[in-house]
Amino acid sequence: MDPQTLDLARWQFALTAAGHFLFVSLTLGLAPVLACVQTWAVFSGAEVHGRMVRFWGLLYVVNYAVGIVTGIVMEFQFGMAWSGLGHYAGGLFGASLAMETVVAFFVESTFLGLWIFGWNRFGKWVHLGLLWVVTLTAYVSAYWILVTNGFLNNPVGYRSSSDGAGGGGGIELDSSWAVLTNPSTLLAFFHIFGGALLTAAVFMAGVSAYHLFKRSPAHELFRKSLRIGVYLAVPALFLTAALGGVQLASLAGVQPVKLAVFQGQESEVARLQAESAAQFGAGDYVPSTALTRGGAIVMLLVFALLLHVCLPGAVLAAFSKAVHRFRAWHVVLMALVPLPYVAMTAGWVFREAGRQPWVIQGLLKTEDAVSQLSAGQMRTSLAVFGTLFALLLVLNWWLLLRTAARGPGDPLLGRDEREPDGGGGDGHGGHGHGDGLGHGDGRGAGAAGGTGAGGQLPVWSL
Amino acid sequence: MPQTVLETLAAGLLGFFTAGWSVLAGADLGLGMVLPYLARGPHERRLAVAAVVPFFLGSEVWLVAAAGVFTGCFTVLEGELFQGHAMVLIPLLAGWMLRDTGLWWHVNGQPRGGRRGGLALGDWLVTGGSWAVALSWGWLLAGLFAGTPGHAAGGFPAALTALGVAALFAAHGLAFGALRLTGGPRERARRLTVRALGPRRALAVTGLAMAVLPPAAGARLPLAESAVTEPVLGLLVPALLAVLPLLLAAQVWMWRSFTRRPWRPVPPSAGGAPASSAGSPAPAADPPPPDDSTLVLRQDRKEGDS
Ligand code: HDD
Ligand code: HEM
Ligand code: HEM
Repeated sequence: MDPQTLDLARWQFALTAAGHFLFVSLTLGLAPVLACVQTWAVFSGAEVHGRMVRFWGLLYVVNYAVGIVTGIVMEFQFGMAWSGLGHYAGGLFGASLAMETVVAFFVESTFLGLWIFGWNRFGKWVHLGLLWVVTLTAYVSAYWILVTNGFLNNPVGYRSSSDGAGGGGGIELDSSWAVLTNPSTLLAFFHIFGGALLTAAVFMAGVSAYHLFKRSPAHELFRKSLRIGVYLAVPALFLTAALGGVQLASLAGVQPVKLAVFQGQESEVARLQAESAAQFGAGDYVPSTALTRGGAIVMLLVFALLLHVCLPGAVLAAFSKAVHRFRAWHVVLMALVPLPYVAMTAGWVFREAGRQPWVIQGLLKTEDAVSQLSAGQMRTSLAVFGTLFALLLVLNWWLLLRTAARGPGDPLLGRDEREPDGGGGDGHGGHGHGDGLGHGDGRGAGAAGGTGAGGQLPVWSL
Repeated sequence: MPQTVLETLAAGLLGFFTAGWSVLAGADLGLGMVLPYLARGPHERRLAVAAVVPFFLGSEVWLVAAAGVFTGCFTVLEGELFQGHAMVLIPLLAGWMLRDTGLWWHVNGQPRGGRRGGLALGDWLVTGGSWAVALSWGWLLAGLFAGTPGHAAGGFPAALTALGVAALFAAHGLAFGALRLTGGPRERARRLTVRALGPRRALAVTGLAMAVLPPAAGARLPLAESAVTEPVLGLLVPALLAVLPLLLAAQVWMWRSFTRRPWRPVPPSAGGAPASSAGSPAPAADPPPPDDSTLVLRQDRKEGDS
């Protein structure tokens, strides 16, 4: 195998996966929070809750939408750049991806469209149900993709296959139950669930803090949102850490080298290297210390930092005065927003880099899984997708921040097209329309004042 | 189930999802391709984009599902095809990303830009991305027709196939537009779709062609020889078949929910051509909608087809 192609393919996968996961983290976390808020809104019927759904829902949709675009590329990348994986693991490897796309994504995408564009078209219960379906399928898809990833880290439930025909000539499915309940899958699933909730909680708290800092007129909405964020962050942190602890313990059995490298036990690393060399032939069986150890340490540092800010925060949030007026705390909360992303990415680097040189732990080496593409082709692919992903990330954050800064005054989501004129007319007289110019900028300032407009907002717009 | 039955079913699923994508997503891609012709000025372009935007998420996922079925049921062949066609898939995926970005940009209350009626960046993304997808898809099909999954087709026949397929996408988009759009864009779409047929039948014809094309090309793939074996296929195929009715029901629901045409009475800049509000049942003297980029969806039943 051309080592250059291998490096490029690894770079491409690492960058696109990390890029994709930046979207995923927020989507997965915000979905259940939003579903709960909408449930609350439907039950309470309070207008402020409705506006919360619209405001956070729009941020969610922006992030989700761009996340889908990056996910599509991931889907095709396996065949394009890592065809050796399919060759070796055959149906075992592809099956969970197939289930994911058909069972999860298909429903997810269809229902997301229904939720976004069907705001006033369905009864409020149906509309709420749509969001719950989207949330559940997002987690179903996360589960299925982690079945794939868990198998790579801890192959279980397979037997070697003799016939090369369609089966791939390497291994084939022996026990689907073992594959589906792979501890490496389940533990990662809940660890990621905690991390995603944390991401959303810190995001909500940060954005709300920004508006309270600015003394936005929509202070009721943001006071509530800030509390949701701050209060959610604490259990999310504990869930993440608890599962992480279990994962750490389970690594001893599954990937002892990863653990030893992380703990910096050089004698143990040397012993495992010798053991692997004896078993699999000469070669380097130790993952990169910088990436493995570095990833783990960054993840743990961020955890420690967040814990020290979020615990006192949960106490502070009990005092209305602090929520409204403690501006230094607002600044801290805003500054925290990137941290969960850093920890999420670092966690993945720990997990994935620590698996090297294996693509399937103990079974298939990364260098044997990469496609027979030329280095030039790989470079084109990396350049195209690297650029596009970077642009999408910038665009996503630009849209998110712009939408977040604009406040809840005039959300695009859920305008009521049944009353295209009335609803907008009275509530939003404040800001200049009718001048025929774009609304994006006028809205920012003018809109915040119009929050009283309430439930009847006009049409979704384009 | 015996392996041969499973293989046939798996091939059928693959063909079904691909054909579904071709017909459904082909409509919005095709419309995106002819957007600059159909829709003059930012207002009309918003209208045209509004016509597809509620559907495109639910339509494009058919190809994601097809790729999933391909990976799951024909793993090795999928690897061979995707690896061999990497240079075809890269522009396809890039175009797809750009098109979606353009559409989402619209949804998020974007693009202004062309105040003088020129194309804004978002419109360029939609149109350019749609062309890239259609042309690369044609190129991919050319490789399948040539019977060489392992490497992309080249030369004159491939170029011709790609152009022909792209033209079919455009025609399909026009036929869809003739039914979905209102006002000026609708008129322009009708001018180009076959008058004699009427828009409904025109859409049926292009839709049929779009549906037949991918399975016809895929029939040349050595699917039977490359299906994965029993333990996986025996679980996967029944599971996929079991959820299929559910998926279809969700899709039908989606298409039924958004059948109204986007409509808006007054163009934002009074200078432009008056958008046709013909046939709209809305009271005429409504105050103007809240802001210029707001599109109003209206029940628009009176405007009959054909
Ligand atoms: C733990 C979660 C997780 C992980 C590790 C990945 N994804 Fe992802 N993916 C999601 C969680 C997710 C999601 C939350 O379900 C997304 C994010 C935004 C979205 O729309 O759904 C998504 C979107 C998404 C889509 C678009 C789906 C659609 O059209 O609705 C595809 C095709 C993929 N992903 C494929 C992949 C592949 C091939 C991955 C392998 C590396 C991958 N994702 C990693
Ligand atoms: C759950 C779905 C995932 C699967 C199936 C998966 C699978 C893979 C595969 C096939 C490779 C290339 C071969 C290799 O280098 O081992 C890889 C590498 C890599 N992935 Fe993942 N991955 C997943 C998620 C992620 C995510 C979300 C990240 C986010 C940061 C990530 C980070 C990396 C990194 C950093 C590498 C490069 C490691 C190296 O080559 O040293 N992975 N992964
Ligand atoms: C800020 C909080 C944290 C975040 C956002 C976070 C995120 C992540 C992510 C996304 C992964 C990769 C996927 C996975 O294997 O689950 C990961 C891996 C891991 N995390 Fe964390 N983590 C956090 C805190 C912790 C803590 C406190 C511990 C330990 C007590 C921990 C232990 C682990 C371990 C052991 C792995 C690797 C599992 C493996 O390779 O199989 N994490 N983390």
